[in-house]
Amino acid sequence: MRPPTEWYLAIAALLFTIGVVGVLARRNAIVIFMSIELMLNAVNLTLVAYADSFGASDAQVFVFFVMAVAAAEAAVGLAIILAIFRRRRSTSVDDVNLLKW
Amino acid sequence: MSLEALPLEMIVFVITAAVAAVAALLVVLHRNPVVNAVALIVNLACLAVFFLLLRAPFLAAVQVIVYAGAIMVLFLFVIMLLDLKAELHPPRAGAFQRVMAVFAGAAFLSLMVLAMRRSRSTFAMKEVADAGHGTVERVAEEMFRNHLVSFELASVLLLVAMVGALVIARAFAETPDSQEPSA
Repeated sequence: MRPPTEWYLAIAALLFTIGVVGVLARRNAIVIFMSIELMLNAVNLTLVAYADSFGASDAQVFVFFVMAVAAAEAAVGLAIILAIFRRRRSTSVDDVNLLKW
Repeated sequence: MSLEALPLEMIVFVITAAVAAVAALLVVLHRNPVVNAVALIVNLACLAVFFLLLRAPFLAAVQVIVYAGAIMVLFLFVIMLLDLKAELHPPRAGAFQRVMAVFAGAAFLSLMVLAMRRSRSTFAMKEVADAGHGTVERVAEEMFRNHLVSFELASVLLLVAMVGALVIARAFAETPDSQEPSA
């Protein structure tokens, strides 16, 4: 007796939504980054659930690439946060408004 | 009741889903960034359990090694490097913004649920009894036969990201108007 695919999609949708709310509601750049990781993982879960449902291996390769891109994104993003913190002594996104109109 | 009759995978799923949801909420709601990071590690571990349930043992291992092992260590490193005391009482987002964020999230969730209900018919074509489609052999075959160029591009991407991270983190430290006492 295995959990149906819909259950996995539901929990993935819930995790993605929590990530969206985190990006929208939080001001700390690091927490916003973590929320983005949350969303990436929710999408990965959706892909793996469908891969299991359809018996396909392609989606798992795709998840592997998503993980690689997430790792690259985390490295560059955290370097940017670090550089901004050195200048502004803050990780709040409200203090980084140079490109805001 | 015999052990076989127990819906063991269901039980594991429900427990893991509950832990994952609570951990995700902690990531978003808790004020301390270290607690956020640890909660995110718990969440990622729960996803590894999901991957195991979904017959993807390779991805479960990669999830633990790459995410919980590498990315989250990077996060914790940066959190520890930054001045945590200043961040424990950050300027809070406005109440209006928070309410609107929850509202937008609820709208988004209902949209996704709606889309899933509409597309339910596609699930009918499942139950391919293809055991072992997530084994390392099958994933490796798929990756190195059909997606070799993408695989190589991913390694180039990681190299570029590594160099970029080094350059960004260094360049700001060496500018003359930096507020660092000494580089």
